[in-house]
Amino acid sequence: MSRLLLIAFQGHEAEQLSGFAQKLGLPYDVLSLDSKAALDLGADLVIQVALSDIPPADGLAKGLQPIVAPYSHIAAVSNMATKDVLARLAGLCDGSMVTDAVDLDSPTLFKRPMVAGSVIATVKVLALPVFLTVRPAGFPKPAKQGTSQTSQVSLVLKSKASRIDSTSRGGARPDLSQAKVVVSGGRPLKDAATFEQVIGGLADQLGGAVGATRAAVDSGIAPNELQVGQTGKIVAPDLYIAAGISGSTQHMAGIKDSKTIVAINKDPDAPIFEFADLGLVADLYQAIPELREKLGK
Amino acid sequence: MKILVPVKRVVDPYAKVRPLPDGSGLDLGNVKFEINPFDEIAVEEAVRQKEKDPSVEITVVSIGTAECEDQLRKALAIGADKAILIETTAVFDSPGIAGELAELAKELSPDIILMGKQATDDDCNQAAQMLAAKLDWPQATFASKVVLSGQSASVTRETDSGEETLQLPLPAVITSDLRLNEPRYIALPGIIKARSKPLDRRPAKTSPSPKTRIAFMETPAARSAGRKIANVDELLSALKERGAL
Repeated sequence: MSRLLLIAFQGHEAEQLSGFAQKLGLPYDVLSLDSKAALDLGADLVIQVALSDIPPADGLAKGLQPIVAPYSHIAAVSNMATKDVLARLAGLCDGSMVTDAVDLDSPTLFKRPMVAGSVIATVKVLALPVFLTVRPAGFPKPAKQGTSQTSQVSLVLKSKASRIDSTSRGGARPDLSQAKVVVSGGRPLKDAATFEQVIGGLADQLGGAVGATRAAVDSGIAPNELQVGQTGKIVAPDLYIAAGISGSTQHMAGIKDSKTIVAINKDPDAPIFEFADLGLVADLYQAIPELREKLGK
Repeated sequence: MKILVPVKRVVDPYAKVRPLPDGSGLDLGNVKFEINPFDEIAVEEAVRQKEKDPSVEITVVSIGTAECEDQLRKALAIGADKAILIETTAVFDSPGIAGELAELAKELSPDIILMGKQATDDDCNQAAQMLAAKLDWPQATFASKVVLSGQSASVTRETDSGEETLQLPLPAVITSDLRLNEPRYIALPGIIKARSKPLDRRPAKTSPSPKTRIAFMETPAARSAGRKIANVDELLSALKERGAL
């Protein structure tokens, strides 16, 4: 039977995937590992799993295996956590997998980027169940529709791996992959304090998240989890402000679905100006304080 | 301590590749092939572990055509001890690779399978987790630090919000992320020495039945070029016009 299960590690992820579910056109349920899942997305059933802590992939995948068994399609928002677990689940269930789906033509034809985003492949699924990690930007959210039944499930999760330490650096800023505004900086930001003051300051003024290039992360100016690009986070905000970013292919692959891209760079030949909607050739140390001052008025 | 490192031959990650005009595949004319950069990081990590503990024995394996020998020789030049080339012209997708590697793991009984988090050609990020599932071994993906002690590994891995450290009983599967290490420059003596290291060519044990197939490839729609603006005032009014503020 064709039926979709959306797995939401966090409450908002089910909402992000409702557009995908609608376009796929199969009846669907939501499995939420977070008690905050929305119940008005048109899913038939919202299965809530109470977990105080999400265990390492081996235990989580084994615990989810019986729950996903009745479904032909199992999908989650594409991120590091879901790639870790869904690929393992696909292996356990002897299923197929499509990573980073950005569009679909039918329940067995999905589009996904490859070769660092320079190619879009149409992938034919030859064996079900299929496990998908989905980039939500390609699937516009539908209006709220139909309420869902709920059920509670308790899982016995035993992992061979154990988590002995965990550092989350989220803070008060919105999540990078969800934010409506993202301000990103590159290598010219000199050091961590300057990065935080200039990029973080503008982001906070706009109520946005902070992003960084791979070069900025590699040189220790910004922490790993802020890296935006093909090998980091994929973002699709309403407004993306890139300051001191030249625009490598792998960075652009992570931001191309943003509605408006603004580039501020003092090099008029920087490749980012070929992609940006609005390009300002200026020294970011002058332009950003001026922008902040005028925004404040 | 035995470490198995699967390596994939991929199109040069720094080359600009395009689909063929008919969309049937990639235009590979005049393109070089390299070891998948994430797999190179995995080989480097295995070699660094061997430098700390000489009892470590590193086997590298590649599944593909005879030409994969180039990438295996490079892995041997970095410092792997021996290589296996599972020679085939068949198309193995990620589940197929996981199935073939699982057979090899049963034969070799490695303590750790260490491989790239994804290949830079298909960007799938699947094979290692599928392999770990098939073997029922614990996994640590996106590793940025690996510490081995006795029969366990402590792996620091990158997460969506920061990082975490997992303690894994061995055997286990670990995938390397970008920041695990920076692979060394290979000097000529290493390349010469690699030529005489053992390379075992053998056929595949499994016959793949792909679960997915690439039906078509195309170039993504380009963003239309925007415009340059003269100063911050113009930027602000342009943003307001677009409703972006």
